[in-house]
Amino acid sequence: MSADHNLSGNSSGLLSGPEADVTAAAGYLDHPPRMGFFTDTSVCIGCKACEVACKEWNLVPDDGFDLLGMSMDNTGMLGANTWRHVAFIEQEKPLGQQEAGVAELPTGPSATEQAADVVATAMRQAPRGGAELGTSPLQVSPGSRDLGMPSFQRPGADAETQRRTDFRWLMMSDVCKHCTHAGCLDVCPTGALFRTEFGTVVVQQDICNGCGYCVSGCPYGVIDRRPGDGRAQKCTLCYDRLRGGLEPACAKACPTESIQFGPLDELRERAARRVEELHERGVTEARLYGADPDDGVGGNGAFFLLLDEPEVYGLPPDPVVPTRDLPAMWRYAAMAASAFLAAGVSVFLGGRR
Amino acid sequence: MMNTRTKSLLRQSRTDVTAREFPFRSYYGRAVLKPPVWKWEIPAYLFAGGLSAGSAVLAAGADLTGRPALRRAGRVSALTALVAGAYFLVADLGRPERFHHMLRVAKPTSPMSVGTWILAAYGPGVGVAAASELLPAALRRTLPGRLLRLLSRPAGLSGAVIAPGVASYTAVLLSQTAVPAWHEAHPELPFVFTGSAAASAGGLGMVLVPLSEAGPARQFAMLGAAAELAASRLMEQRLGLVRQAYTTGKAHRLRQWAQRLTVAGLIGTAVAARRSQAAAVTSGLALLAGSLLQRLGIFEAGVASTKDPRYVVVPQRQRVADEQQPASRAAGPSGNEHGPS
Repeated sequence: MSADHNLSGNSSGLLSGPEADVTAAAGYLDHPPRMGFFTDTSVCIGCKACEVACKEWNLVPDDGFDLLGMSMDNTGMLGANTWRHVAFIEQEKPLGQQEAGVAELPTGPSATEQAADVVATAMRQAPRGGAELGTSPLQVSPGSRDLGMPSFQRPGADAETQRRTDFRWLMMSDVCKHCTHAGCLDVCPTGALFRTEFGTVVVQQDICNGCGYCVSGCPYGVIDRRPGDGRAQKCTLCYDRLRGGLEPACAKACPTESIQFGPLDELRERAARRVEELHERGVTEARLYGADPDDGVGGNGAFFLLLDEPEVYGLPPDPVVPTRDLPAMWRYAAMAASAFLAAGVSVFLGGRR
Repeated sequence: MMNTRTKSLLRQSRTDVTAREFPFRSYYGRAVLKPPVWKWEIPAYLFAGGLSAGSAVLAAGADLTGRPALRRAGRVSALTALVAGAYFLVADLGRPERFHHMLRVAKPTSPMSVGTWILAAYGPGVGVAAASELLPAALRRTLPGRLLRLLSRPAGLSGAVIAPGVASYTAVLLSQTAVPAWHEAHPELPFVFTGSAAASAGGLGMVLVPLSEAGPARQFAMLGAAAELAASRLMEQRLGLVRQAYTTGKAHRLRQWAQRLTVAGLIGTAVAARRSQAAAVTSGLALLAGSLLQRLGIFEAGVASTKDPRYVVVPQRQRVADEQQPASRAAGPSGNEHGPS
């Protein structure tokens, strides 16, 4: 069966492009269906139960208890100590055809853009561009600027009527994408990263020697090296729970079924129906991210329904696995190597001492 | 398994965005990618590896053409630089005591794994050749001593044959990442690196070897420096938005000095290094410093390109728009084809 698959599978599927059965391609003869996440951000309420459940089950250390000035997001981003991350985006427009309830009230613009600007400025001064945030507090000189910290008032409740706006809050629980063509897995030189029988991508902690190559190989900026530990860490899609027939901790804890776990084929069909339904209801901005097997990473094992462009959530708009260009890279390297050797030979051919 | 309607909906994210003016947006200005966790040890290794490879080539050539001083200097520097490079590689690991886990697998998709095996093949030859040079006089007449000297030529040659791989694979190592400045530069980076390797090894030869024997080192240095300068210029001209990662900030300052030193070294070598030992040493040192700064600058450009989400978002957004423009024009006929089914 799997031999047939390998023979019939086109050769481009090896490094990039669509791959119908990634688990079989990894060498599993008899395997369960590919499992994954469908995270429907349209029903996320930003409770962060997923973040907490993940930390508790996987014994992931805390990453500091800081206020980052990014709406309700005080986690920052995915990293070695954050395997689920809930993003919060405040926007001055209505969600679908929702009535924001501000028509008769004295409201004004929220501090959305102002807050985003303050954070973005601080980010540019951070040593790792903010990648360390969540593990260290944002350095802002005290009292100098309004950070736009979340308040319990309605956005702009103090402002005058003329400046009232609509308001929507986008929330999204981000996670490792468990790519069909995983950049981290491709570059790992020790075999610590491997493809499981469920089609997910996991780091073996007893093998990883902390070379850090996967950190730069991931086009989503998910995996990172844990300071003090020295090994690469990321979501395992609760490999231990899956082996025991349980669903991952985050999906189990999600109270709104924003995080759905199941066989990828099933999730994809369900997601397609959900987009259709939202479009019919007038939420025309709903779109899927990472669900297309023809995209640059061959589709994600964990994909999303988003209500704005991916980059608004901190996701790359069109990620491509670096490995796609690997044959070309080696061709250029071979040319350069030949030129190097030719130069080395030629300098001795003159015969003059 | 999946009907066409489902499939078309799965592609929704890529087709409902029409090509239009798109403002740059991000999540609070936060980086999309993780900056490399590698520290200065990695660019230092890139330099040391290149220096070792170039020296091994010069040593083998000197061995075959009867230049004992150049041979000796080349063999010893090839090993010294290799040992230093290996130290840098191990020191940069998160778990240095597990460095040998690199030898568990041979993995073609990982340039680091390929590089591990290139170094494993390269090291012994370079080691034997250098050992024969460093052998104490008392041991030269013993049987192991004679055997070692007998083996030194084939060992040195094996090192020289693998050396081009050592000098060039590191470019693929950097390019096979999601780091925009490294990945986008993959056509030119190998030429910058091998050029830089030849320039540094030639430069070291000029420093260590008397004028009478340093001819090949001078020529190797000049060819390398010229190739490095040309490839680096070409790279800057061809790159899109990510060029800014190379032409601004710390990376820019490092690479400007690299260029100045390499040009100065190149001119010094061409004009004066044949006649004056002092000029040869000065030019050689300038080339060595230029090569080191080039590696540091390229490394720094990569780090800078991961910190600013613009380098990730803008080109990808542009790519999506470019892909959709022809697609929307072709939408009419293809829509009809799918209609009846």
